Amino acid sequence: MTATFFFIQVLNGLQFGLILFLIAAGLTLVFGVMDFINLAHGVQYMVGAYLVAAFSAWTGSFGWGLLLALPSALAFGLLLEALIFRHLYDRDHLDQVLATFGVILFLNQAVKFVWGAAPLSVPMPEILSGSVEIMDGLLYPVYRLAIIGAGLLVAALLYVLVSHTRVGMLVRAGATNAPMVSALGVNIRRLFMIVFGFGAMLAGFAGAMVAPILSVQPGMGDNILILAFVVIVIGGIGSIRGAFLAALLIGLVDTLGRSFAPNLLRLVLDPSAASQTGRALAPMLIYIFMAAVLFFRPSGLFPAKR
Amino acid sequence: MTQMTQLQSAPMPSAATRLDFLPIAVFAAFAVAPFLASSSGAEGYVLSLLTRVMIFGLAAMSLDLILGYGAMVSFGHAAFFGIGAYAVGILASHGVEDAIIQVPVALAASALFAALTGAVSLRTKGVYFIMITLAFAQMLYFLASSLAAYGGDDGLTLPSRSLVAGSGFLDNDFALYGATLACLLGAYMVSRSIVGSRFGRVLRGTKENAIRMEAIGFQPFHFQLATYVISGMMAGLAGCLLANQAEFVSPAFMTWQRSGELIFMVVLGGLGSLHGAIIGAAAFILLEEFLPEIVHAATFFLNDDLRSRLTENWQMVFGPILILIVLFARGGIMGVLRRGSHG
Repeated sequence: MTATFFFIQVLNGLQFGLILFLIAAGLTLVFGVMDFINLAHGVQYMVGAYLVAAFSAWTGSFGWGLLLALPSALAFGLLLEALIFRHLYDRDHLDQVLATFGVILFLNQAVKFVWGAAPLSVPMPEILSGSVEIMDGLLYPVYRLAIIGAGLLVAALLYVLVSHTRVGMLVRAGATNAPMVSALGVNIRRLFMIVFGFGAMLAGFAGAMVAPILSVQPGMGDNILILAFVVIVIGGIGSIRGAFLAALLIGLVDTLGRSFAPNLLRLVLDPSAASQTGRALAPMLIYIFMAAVLFFRPSGLFPAKR
Repeated sequence: MTQMTQLQSAPMPSAATRLDFLPIAVFAAFAVAPFLASSSGAEGYVLSLLTRVMIFGLAAMSLDLILGYGAMVSFGHAAFFGIGAYAVGILASHGVEDAIIQVPVALAASALFAALTGAVSLRTKGVYFIMITLAFAQMLYFLASSLAAYGGDDGLTLPSRSLVAGSGFLDNDFALYGATLACLLGAYMVSRSIVGSRFGRVLRGTKENAIRMEAIGFQPFHFQLATYVISGMMAGLAGCLLANQAEFVSPAFMTWQRSGELIFMVVLGGLGSLHGAIIGAAAFILLEEFLPEIVHAATFFLNDDLRSRLTENWQMVFGPILILIVLFARGGIMGVLRRGSHG
């Protein structure tokens, strides 16, 4: 029983971590290449979820909805870049934080304006609903397995893209030393636009994937954005590999902490105190973890800048 | 350069001295406002609105101390708001209702939290500093949300406002207004003297170039940490006042959005002038209060359905205002004033 429960929680943590990775991947590259702090990355996730909700309601199928939502998320990201973010690259971090905070305020209300404040639900695709027995007496929803699969697939794709293609090489070079890459004749602005659009699409993809299992509502990107920041700071800004490992770590620490902290504390405290402190401690765990990592390694586990 | 020499040779009412009266004008306005409020007919509403303005002014000013003078972009300043408010709320729920105990406890808790988190955060720089202050504030937010004994997510209603040495005069809105004004003025004087002192010059030097300060024999870390602690205590005081004003305490006081709003206030007013932050907070709170009406009035040409939906989602207007200010109004309100008085 406990072993099964533990295994399920590990799978949940893995799934959560991969979703975090999809969001953090774009964020860390944008951060790394342009030294641009983009708080509005969380709303890309929300926009992705809303787009898939709108398109799958329109076409009547989740698959078509997803297929239409991805290019729309990409276009939306590029639109934001051209309208606002482009003017912020030369500003200091404070200006970037503020202006992108303004984008969050606007978009959180704008989706309310367009779709209403009530949460939307997205029907799960037929073939992916239901559960499978992956171990003795262990049923797990197929859709969540699909998320894990999709996340791993994207991660593998990103790995190939970043470490074995020319664009990826430029991105890595840009994250290490952007002025030098620019001096060598690479159009760093265009490179950045590509990275930005791609990152926005990945965040939108993450939002679209979780739409059927979460409720789609205004502000859904806010908390996950903070987690994505924790991920990229722990992983080291600009590093895809760091983001991947940190995302899985955060996903597992958070999920396992919430399910097991009260039980573990019961070994040292009496039951009621244990469940009290456990519930209080669990959501704080990842932040304590982050503070500890930064205390020992002030620029994350795998810093891209040298 | 010529402007500088002109200022020195001619100490007549010049641009710079005219702006020197601004803080006096701000505090005079706050001092006179309650008398006008009683003639406005909506005394309670005006008083509570202006009390909120001053409370947020205090918090924004404390943030300006580290942001404008120390270049420490703290994205978790609302945490201190929460510490101050929860100190009042938790003590009150245990029967300790006197501000003589509550305020020192709140200040000590804020100072302790600032010293601990500051010591870790200041090891990092730039974006990492922004993120780690944010993370610490989030930590506290989740801690407050899980305090089931003190209301958890829903928050905690205060039995009454704090007593002062056993007397309950803060129940009077005028008295709370006066107390808030006194706190704001006191904190302003303290901040002003810090900024003007040798300590303040070291701090500003660190903002300009930390390595150079180190080279001439200062340890920026100690100066920054001390400022961070002082700033945290002031924001904690603002939290005490906010709890008393709202007679309610909740984790919502320290969401990261609230921290963002505090930064917005400071930048809106203009970085690094202290009173600019107070003006920024006033502009923010008043804008927040009256924007729904403004939006309603400005959209007269739309049909009723669209108009009511826009008015309901008035915050949609808030975001673009923020973006436009960042992009085009550099230096905030103080910057505009300064340019205006030079031109």
